Amino acid sequence: MLAEIYTQEIEAILAKYPSDQKRSAVMPLLFLAQREYGTLTNEAISEVGELIGLQSTEVASLVGFYTLYHDRPGGKYRIQVCTDLPCSLRGAQAFADELCEKLDIRMGETTPDGQVTVEEVKCLAACDHAPMFQLQEPNGIHYYEDQSAGSAMALIEALRVKGQVD
Amino acid sequence: MTEHIVLRHRDLEGLDQLDVYLENGGFGALESIVKKKSPEQVIDIVKKSGLRGRGGAGFPTGVKWSFLSPDVFPRYVVANADESEPGTFKDREIMERNPFQFLEGVAICAYAAQANVAYIYCRGEFWDLTRELDSKIEQLKELGLLGKKLFASDYSLEMQTHLGAGAYICGEETALLESLEGKLGQPRLRPPFPAAEGLYGKPTVVNNVETLTNLPPIINRGADWFSSIGTEKSTGTKVFSVSGKVERPGNYELPLGATFRELIFERAGGIPNGHAIKAILPAGASAPILPATKEVLDTGMDYESVSQVGSSLGSASIIVIDETVDIAWVESKITDFFEHESCGKCTPCRDGTYWMKHIFERIMHDTAQPQEIDLLHTVGIGIQGKCLCALGDFAGLAVTSALERFGPEFDLHAVGNSSKAA
Ligand SMILES: Cc1cc2nc3c(=O)[nH]c(=O)nc-3n(C[C@H](O)[C@H](O)[C@H](O)COP(=O)(O)O)c2cc1C
Ligand code: SF4
Ligand code: FES
Repeated sequence: MLAEIYTQEIEAILAKYPSDQKRSAVMPLLFLAQREYGTLTNEAISEVGELIGLQSTEVASLVGFYTLYHDRPGGKYRIQVCTDLPCSLRGAQAFADELCEKLDIRMGETTPDGQVTVEEVKCLAACDHAPMFQLQEPNGIHYYEDQSAGSAMALIEALRVKGQVD
Repeated sequence: MTEHIVLRHRDLEGLDQLDVYLENGGFGALESIVKKKSPEQVIDIVKKSGLRGRGGAGFPTGVKWSFLSPDVFPRYVVANADESEPGTFKDREIMERNPFQFLEGVAICAYAAQANVAYIYCRGEFWDLTRELDSKIEQLKELGLLGKKLFASDYSLEMQTHLGAGAYICGEETALLESLEGKLGQPRLRPPFPAAEGLYGKPTVVNNVETLTNLPPIINRGADWFSSIGTEKSTGTKVFSVSGKVERPGNYELPLGATFRELIFERAGGIPNGHAIKAILPAGASAPILPATKEVLDTGMDYESVSQVGSSLGSASIIVIDETVDIAWVESKITDFFEHESCGKCTPCRDGTYWMKHIFERIMHDTAQPQEIDLLHTVGIGIQGKCLCALGDFAGLAVTSALERFGPEFDLHAVGNSSKAA
């Protein structure tokens, strides 16, 4: 249970907001739940709801609204390539296609070992360093800029090794 | 202009370190106002400086602060660090490289608004950056530059970061407040404006990161100094994010009113491979596309002049399109963006962007009938003026302006037109 494993962290999150506005903590708590469970299952969602006195259905609608929350399983590592207009003007689409080809998956799919999902996302405020992607992993999001299919594949290989150990 | 005001880290090595920031006068502005100036005096200085919001709308910052409902407390200040407009990447550089000037700006705004709590709403993707900001806020608390009774006054200030989770619409200030309250990020009906009823129903100021980062120099050097930069009505500098078909994409800080030509050809190195420039999107996806005529290139990038040539400056994210790029494709990308980011609250925006996206799919496959291109224009017009927030207008206007200014490029895709677009 989150309440037991992350007692202090949950307290720190709640302390950011007025004591009568616990609902504000729902977004950071969902990130916490996603870190613990990987996917925001119904159980994870109702657990978050209980922490702040919110109906599961309300929490679930937030999960559906915000793209960084996942209620369906995917790879442990999500490579989210920006293919929005400015990046596409600087080779992002070709990069995305080449990466998918090297991984032998289509855009949006997960590699057979269940480790890596490649997804398309909108502008990440890094358009001057295209091609670029962000890596969403259980505990955070990191930017990788000025990428080539080669550099991305090297990262993915390292992640696969790490993913098997963790 | 050689000196940077907002991107000051480019002139001063290590400015992201607190000791370096303090050695260079950091937190002197906050100290001087907390000790010697009333909130009203600070609001007057900012009004006099002419500073206008850098988040897109260009609303005068001091005027906005003066709308706070009198005598209602607590009040809140929220820094808008959602930066999600395609082509905009200035707030990220500011927060990564010049974080303390930004945080001092937040504190100055909070003092002027008499808010004791300030939130910094960062887009969820800025995860690492936000963790860094958290540790910078801790450093400030340790030195007593944030916390209770600042500079031995009665004024106390606490700062908190809050991470979004992927939704462009949360950059719209009322959607942002909803999101911060733990709700769906959907815009509110206005009025009431945030200055009357904002976060938790309390008077709230929402300002963009770049706007806030301008405050310490304005306090330190005065309103007259600031208003001597730029044009009469658009004062100060602007950080222009340049992307697309240029040699050197990046952020460039120039006085408001500098020309597109200077930015694109002198600063950003011009168009690669000897190609000719064709069009400019001056505010990411959220303003009409401009043909890169001589007149447009010689236009000053300030709020008034860009409107005069038929677009708007917005957040000043300049996306450069050259002759190799098909405008119909550009607009199909922009429509994809808005369709994806529409929050779904208003029918014209939700359904209109959906229909436009589907017509664009046919256009890009060269299977659209000529009437469908007309229909695209009709749908684009139909969205405008009927929505709760500006996203709907932006989505419609992007398409209608492009059809009006670059119609033949769309027609090339219609069935029966064998000569394919480039
Ligand atoms: C669809 C939409 C998206 C917006 N996105 C942002 C954003 O990412 N960052 C921002 O500062 N302002 C954004 N704005 C503008 C804000 O609503 C608001 O005007 C701004 O935060 C006010 O701060 P300023 O006066 O300092 O510019 C957006 C507006 C709309 C309609
Ligand atoms: S115009 Fe679009 S984005 Fe704005 S509130 Fe309506 S549906 Fe949401
Ligand atoms: S378009 Fe890709 S980061 Fe902006």
